[in-house]
Amino acid sequence: MTDETSSYLPAGLPAPAANVDGLESPFWEGTRRHELVVQRCNDCETYQWGPEWICHHCRSFDLGWTEVPPRGVLYSWERVWYPVHPALQAKLPYMVVLVELPDAGNIRMVGNLVGDAEAEVEIGAAVEAVFEDHEGGGDVEPYTLVQWRVVEGS
Amino acid sequence: MATDERTIRGKVAIAGLAETTYYKRGQATDPEFKMALQAIIAAAGDAGIDVTEIDGFASYSNDRNDPVRLATALGLPQLKLSNMFWGGGGGGGSGAVANAAAAIVAGYADTVVVYRSLAQGQFGRFGQGSGANVARGAGAFTSPYGLMSPAQSFAMRVRRFMHDHGTEQAALRAISLASYQHAQHNPRAVMHGRELTEEIYDNSRWIVEPFHLFDCCMENDGAAAVILTSAERARDLKQTPAYVLAAMQGSDYRQGATAHNAPDYATSNFKTVAPRLYEHAGITPGDVDVLQSYENFTGGVLMSIVEHGFCEPDEANELFTLEHLSAPDGKLPLNTSGGNLAECYMHGLELIIEAARQVRGESTSQVHDANISMVGSGPMVQPVSDLVLARDLG
Repeated sequence: MTDETSSYLPAGLPAPAANVDGLESPFWEGTRRHELVVQRCNDCETYQWGPEWICHHCRSFDLGWTEVPPRGVLYSWERVWYPVHPALQAKLPYMVVLVELPDAGNIRMVGNLVGDAEAEVEIGAAVEAVFEDHEGGGDVEPYTLVQWRVVEGS
Repeated sequence: MATDERTIRGKVAIAGLAETTYYKRGQATDPEFKMALQAIIAAAGDAGIDVTEIDGFASYSNDRNDPVRLATALGLPQLKLSNMFWGGGGGGGSGAVANAAAAIVAGYADTVVVYRSLAQGQFGRFGQGSGANVARGAGAFTSPYGLMSPAQSFAMRVRRFMHDHGTEQAALRAISLASYQHAQHNPRAVMHGRELTEEIYDNSRWIVEPFHLFDCCMENDGAAAVILTSAERARDLKQTPAYVLAAMQGSDYRQGATAHNAPDYATSNFKTVAPRLYEHAGITPGDVDVLQSYENFTGGVLMSIVEHGFCEPDEANELFTLEHLSAPDGKLPLNTSGGNLAECYMHGLELIIEAARQVRGESTSQVHDANISMVGSGPMVQPVSDLVLARDLG
């Protein structure tokens, strides 16, 4: 886990925020502290992602949030060449990855793979989280994205 | 075949069909609502019924042209069914037919139109990200990372499938080549006169790997409609009835999990729907003469065809060749009007129309003696749906 000051994608993309009902707030608050905090059922200990108001396994409403190791395995990837948002014109291609978290019941997270976007990538590679801080501005609060980096020698 | 009476098998038929001129995105000269009216009136004319006989409407993908406004504009004496299939994309095309058919069997309505109208110049595009400066809820897990469009939402599912099963890019390419080849015979097709070769495909730009430009559906303007009525009544109307053998809808276990967390990820989401479809239709994949399989992106078509039992996942490279997917003589003639890739992106309603045309013997890429004509709607979305039409009830 490393802190980065520059962002992988150019400024101008939508900033993340919890829904108005607050469902995802503990996750985004966790990223500000550079912690990976995910939902886990207090009754049956099933990890759940994305968040929901009920545990899909035991139907308990008593859901908790727990910090998990910021590491995972590359589950799938895509290299994007066509900008669907004006801000992306300045960074093509870029890599989006899906990371599986074996330490958290194999839930998955979407992020960018930092580094050379044209480098070969391998499904199954070990990756670690990179917390990417953004200042926000205007009516956007500061926020932190969770990016991923291949663990060298993995 | 399901042995009890709880099926719609053979009780309903598509009796009429029509589309407006199909346009490139943003080029329709008429407003979306007016095109919906034009398609509906033309479909009634095709069936040989008076427009005032229409008493129900079913659509999908949040069509903006609601049944009350349509019925009011058309001066219908009464409205008996106003139905919308939940879910976005093309997943509801066959589902809307399923809902219409069920309503007819249940006696809620007698003559139901399934319709879709799109004018993206008027209402904005599908393939672009939102201009909002904040993404909330589930969107916050994807949009800030530049994952915003349908192509980007599905590419990783397809990549994972290709990884698991050794699927080659040539298998995706064959789907695109077949659609473009069929479109060359179809004067309605937006890509009529635009031939696609292996070389053009291979040299086309990536949109998002593993999708080249030609792996992605078009975005178009136009409207389309089909008229459903009871099989008994359809037999007395103008056209050869396309009997509904079965129509099915649904979604697999937790496919709606956000941030790409569906437990079974590399799937088109047809694994539980397809067996129910076949059971109700009383057929097996080997009985299917011609297939229209919704192409948002070619990779979804491939996974959908696998999940409908036409081949094993590891056999896709053998089945997916231009020769096998071509009408009239291929093993599995696929998307014989050109479909979403090359005829028109009418959210798959053009696929349902083409399936009925095959049954009627009126396709521009007619499969000889086509009887069992199948449609798959909306791979990789939630929910998805399916339809089987037949010329003979057997």
